[in-house]
Amino acid sequence: MSALRRHLPAVLVLGIPLAWIVLFMLLPYGILATYSFWLKKYPTFVPAFQFGNYLTLFTDPQYVLVLLRTIKISLLVCLASLLLAYPFAWFLVYRCRSAQIRTWLYMAVIAPLWISYLLRAYIWKTILGTEGVLNSFLIWAGIIETPSSIFLYNQFSMVVTLTYIFIPFMVMPIYTALEKIPANLNEASADLGLGPWRSFWRVTVPLSMPGVAAGFTLTFCLSFGDFVAPFLVGGPDGNLIANVITTQFGSALNWPLGSALSVVMLVVVLGVVSLGDRVERRSAAGGF
Amino acid sequence: MTAIIELDHLSKHYSPAIIGVDDISLSVGDGEFLTLLGPSGCGKSTLLRMIGGFEEPTAGTIRLAGQDVTALPPYRRAINMVFQDYALFPHMTVGRNVAYGLKLLGCSELEIRTRVYDALKLVGLYDKLKLYPHQLSGGQRQRIALARAIVRRPKVLLLDEPLSALDAKLREQMQTELKRLQEKVGITFIMVTHDQTEALVMSDQIVVMEKGRIAQKGTPQQLYDHPASIYVANFIGTTTFLPGAVEAADQTTARIALGGGEIAANIDRPFARGERVTIGLRPEKIRILAEGETAANVLAGRVSEVIYYGLGLRLGVTLADGSRIFADLLLPDTLARSQVPPVGLAVRLAVAPHNVFVFAGEEAA
Repeated sequence: MSALRRHLPAVLVLGIPLAWIVLFMLLPYGILATYSFWLKKYPTFVPAFQFGNYLTLFTDPQYVLVLLRTIKISLLVCLASLLLAYPFAWFLVYRCRSAQIRTWLYMAVIAPLWISYLLRAYIWKTILGTEGVLNSFLIWAGIIETPSSIFLYNQFSMVVTLTYIFIPFMVMPIYTALEKIPANLNEASADLGLGPWRSFWRVTVPLSMPGVAAGFTLTFCLSFGDFVAPFLVGGPDGNLIANVITTQFGSALNWPLGSALSVVMLVVVLGVVSLGDRVERRSAAGGF
Repeated sequence: MTAIIELDHLSKHYSPAIIGVDDISLSVGDGEFLTLLGPSGCGKSTLLRMIGGFEEPTAGTIRLAGQDVTALPPYRRAINMVFQDYALFPHMTVGRNVAYGLKLLGCSELEIRTRVYDALKLVGLYDKLKLYPHQLSGGQRQRIALARAIVRRPKVLLLDEPLSALDAKLREQMQTELKRLQEKVGITFIMVTHDQTEALVMSDQIVVMEKGRIAQKGTPQQLYDHPASIYVANFIGTTTFLPGAVEAADQTTARIALGGGEIAANIDRPFARGERVTIGLRPEKIRILAEGETAANVLAGRVSEVIYYGLGLRLGVTLADGSRIFADLLLPDTLARSQVPPVGLAVRLAVAPHNVFVFAGEEAA
């Protein structure tokens, strides 16, 4: 009785999250993994243990192509985000002298996260479309004469949209990493004869790597699992792995194949996360 | 001695109201160990950072070995700095920290190796070559920072409170070590500190700063024995200040009414008869007279307080008019209970005329 009372807090504190993880994470993943070995038998599927679904994924060029395309798009989104976010974060930390302006600019990056994701993706339809803002501007500026359709419904529009949506996740960790670098390290570098450009590459860049790694991981994983942007602004060649999964669970009614795809996706994401984590730890420990 | 650093009417005004450094002219001799001493906010760090090139002066010029370097960025000055918290690169080994930037000086691979070896040998940490800064103790980090600055053979080495992050014991040890090192390498050191002991132990010259200006410059002995103002006397060493009035004065000596008695003092500037002055007395320069002994200046009073501080006793003595001064009693032998003067004991104190500081004005600090 008293033992129970003594251990009750510990049981509650550990038990509730544990139950949560088992019920809403491990169990669904288990079900998913189980399904991935099942057999599709029209109109439903039957329990089995075979690797046919995985075999299809890695032999049917259609799926391999989608997987590679998704990786390519995600990497492009990461790269575009990095190229935009790094200079921006650097400017905020090193060049923006007014704390108030810095806060406002930082909030300007974060604020879109409060708006519906769908809306943010949809906005790019109205910017890039044939009747859109970009075309109107180019016609007004006299650069083109008739509206162009090259901006929308292709991989370019997808990268643009996804970059816009996920860039806060790149800005935040890089900003934090840059802010944590002691100011006197750059002074020491200047003191030891290195100009600003050299100091940037030898001090700022290596010391902000944990932030870059974290931003890269977040952006990659989020883009990798996205299915709304391809749906809204992606063209016929814009199908990503998440769209294929949606189809398998929906109209194609092939849950086993969809599950196998999901498992593959999960493995890729976990791989990227652990890689990012390792880079972060290594650079944080100083052992570059 | 030729001047290596010359500051000419150097100022740093952040705004008309906020003044960091105000019109300082100063010359530092080649090979000298000069300390900028003062409380926080006196402008000593700003002055150091301007010499290093990290802050731009609003007026005046800085010359390094006769050359105007006022507008040069830090990486174009033959000056190096040891930062307060060392600023070692956490992502590089000790070896790479020390070798940092040597390639840009045009050193060959072999020369870099030799130089890093020599610098680390000098601070006695060659075996730490492959370790990272976070694997070192505070004192070791401090030495690596020193090695990194010295390896470039600068004309001047700046040290920003180099010992403030170390514990008391290590700090004491590093004081002499740093001084020895400076004499060995022969580089001019300019150090900033708020610790007067540090300044006295290490420096050839001390510049005491007050509100962005130089309060006094001189050797440690000059500052300690002949402070130019109440501010300096108060900042360096311990001083008891008492209000007094000049009774009589000629060119070199004055008789001053003080604490219900009268004492003689050596002076180096004229004082008028009846002028109100502030007298400064150092506790360790005051002697307790034995029964029947006489001296030039005798002050009578009663012991009102006894403070034991290991090295000796500090006695608080209340004079006839109620003012209190302190007198030190060194204990060359283990303290025997009987030797402690009891509170209330009548004592006679002696202080030599050349040990009496006379400052104009009544304001005691």
